Amino acid sequence: MVPAINLTAALVLSGLVVLATGADPLAAMSALATGAAGDGASLGYTLYYATNFILTGLAVALPFHAGIFNIGGEGQAYIGGLLSALVCLALGPSLGSAAIPLAVLAAAAGGALWALVPAWLFVARGSHVVITTIMFNFIASAVMTFLIVNVLIAPGQSAPESVPFPAAVSMPSLGPMLGPSPLNLTFPLALMLAGAAWIFLRFSRAGFEVRAAGANPHAARAAGISVGAAVALSLTLGGALAGLVAVNELMGAQHRLLLDFPAGYGFMGIAVALMGRNHPFGICLAALFFGALYQGGTELSFELPQVTRDIVVVMEGLAVLFCGALENLFRARISRWLGHEASA
Amino acid sequence: MSDAGAELLSVLAAMLRLATPLVLAALGGLFCERSGIIDIGLEGKMLGSAFAAAAAAALTGSAWVGLVGGIGVATLLALLHAFAAVTQRGDQVITGMALNILVAGLAPVLATSWFHLDGMTPALPPTARFEALTLPGAAAFSGVPLLGPAYLRVISGHNGFVYGAILAVALVALVLHRTRFGLRLRAVGDHPQAIETAGISVAWLRYRALLMTGVLCGLAGAYLSIAAGAGFTRSMTAGRGYLALAALIFGRWRPLPTALACLLFAVADAAQTRLQGVALPLVGVVPVELVSAIPYALTVLLLAGFVGSSRAPRALGIPYARGR
Repeated sequence: MVPAINLTAALVLSGLVVLATGADPLAAMSALATGAAGDGASLGYTLYYATNFILTGLAVALPFHAGIFNIGGEGQAYIGGLLSALVCLALGPSLGSAAIPLAVLAAAAGGALWALVPAWLFVARGSHVVITTIMFNFIASAVMTFLIVNVLIAPGQSAPESVPFPAAVSMPSLGPMLGPSPLNLTFPLALMLAGAAWIFLRFSRAGFEVRAAGANPHAARAAGISVGAAVALSLTLGGALAGLVAVNELMGAQHRLLLDFPAGYGFMGIAVALMGRNHPFGICLAALFFGALYQGGTELSFELPQVTRDIVVVMEGLAVLFCGALENLFRARISRWLGHEASA
Repeated sequence: MSDAGAELLSVLAAMLRLATPLVLAALGGLFCERSGIIDIGLEGKMLGSAFAAAAAAALTGSAWVGLVGGIGVATLLALLHAFAAVTQRGDQVITGMALNILVAGLAPVLATSWFHLDGMTPALPPTARFEALTLPGAAAFSGVPLLGPAYLRVISGHNGFVYGAILAVALVALVLHRTRFGLRLRAVGDHPQAIETAGISVAWLRYRALLMTGVLCGLAGAYLSIAAGAGFTRSMTAGRGYLALAALIFGRWRPLPTALACLLFAVADAAQTRLQGVALPLVGVVPVELVSAIPYALTVLLLAGFVGSSRAPRALGIPYARGR
């Protein structure tokens, strides 16, 4: 009930912003809704974007259960893309589609690797994870720009992208099921991983240790749990999940490595995790919402030229503000109105 | 004057220019964090100010109106931050992220709608910007060996903001260590209960700290769009807010060390453009893309080496609830 009201407040304010640009907010909202789910192809795109958000949302949520803020999804996805692209380009021609699972593992390994260093620095040296993961985003961006522009660029080309991957290493497409869209097998994979994350957190011993480390590190330590190991595990698993964004984006849609492909998905994972209350199933719902917003926003900027695509970012910002930072704004009032104590 | 000497002077001058927005934003963050509130939203406040300053300067043709507009918007964003973090006791990291995302979207949306340019404000004429000042005697003394050129090229010829930032370091240190407000600010970040017990409002103190943050971030943002640059472009702060936060943590939440950390980042940044295509002894030509990673790698190394054990304000990040 309360999240719904907060979300409504965010949408109403977004409508006011649209109004301020001189467009009709209701027309904008309807263009947004039609753009997101009007036909099979739009729905396919929505689910395709949602796939990225499920992965980056989980990448934030897992470390969050250990009390750690992972702001490095962007860089983790980028390095995941590097390793999976290398596997696709090196092994794709000889192994064919047998290289697909290897490339998926490489993407996860790249993301995990890029999260492992900040995790280790935190455990061994007490370095602030928020700062180190942000710095690792910048470092990944610099390294990848160097590699793509100077090393991996397709010969004789000026666009900063690699040669296309062999067709055999494409992630199997699910586009035809709904309509032409880049939706691919990564979507069910992401859903399965969300389920796996839930089982891990709820039922596994390691998952319990992660939650204990986050809830009360002192108590966890007293109970014989290695808090450092739990933190490092959760951050590394989160990095691996962020790395899989490369599978959806590169192996599923672009079929080449290109500059800046994570395009803010890693950052938006923070909003997704927040709205999903760090629960894997909540994250799937929030990812669907953000996926719809992304796809709908693209259509919206076609329909109403005076509204740019940035309006989607405004909506995301307002959603994070109302659902995260100001989540208690209406809570007390609603509780009073419903006639019980404002205890929640 | 040898070539190498001239090169060194130009790197030093570029360092001062590049450090200015970092110093201003980091000092802004210092007020916020010393009061016990994490400020990951420096980026958003700066970007909001950069946009507002450029928009106001473009509409009125006055750099001063632009400056006031920039400071005003950054202060409003800081007040929103305070409302969420202090009054509503919301999560402080989330609040900061929300501000960053919101402004990153709102600025280009409004720019497009007001100026019909894709996410930018129009290029500002020199009259609507703050231009470089030539300090008295710069030309007269330029003949003096060593000191003359150094004065002309490094000390003189900057924007007023650059001198303002240097002044701000001293002023902030003074406020923090020599005034009643500064004493209370340091106390509220470490032990808000003590402040409450002394009969002082924790919330009002934190609101005032965030007002200071807003003003300083406003200066930092305005510098980018109406002094160093000539107009607003999409995400023109380019991570400087995060870098300022890193400098603040690296500088152990103290004004002078924080400013020195900013200078360190700035000199790496200034050297980067100079090193493009230059062959260095031993390593050869260093690719410029990799050089740009140096400040970030340095931050990680320094955090791991020296600041790992530094002490943040004790109550940092914990919302304060009265009477607990």
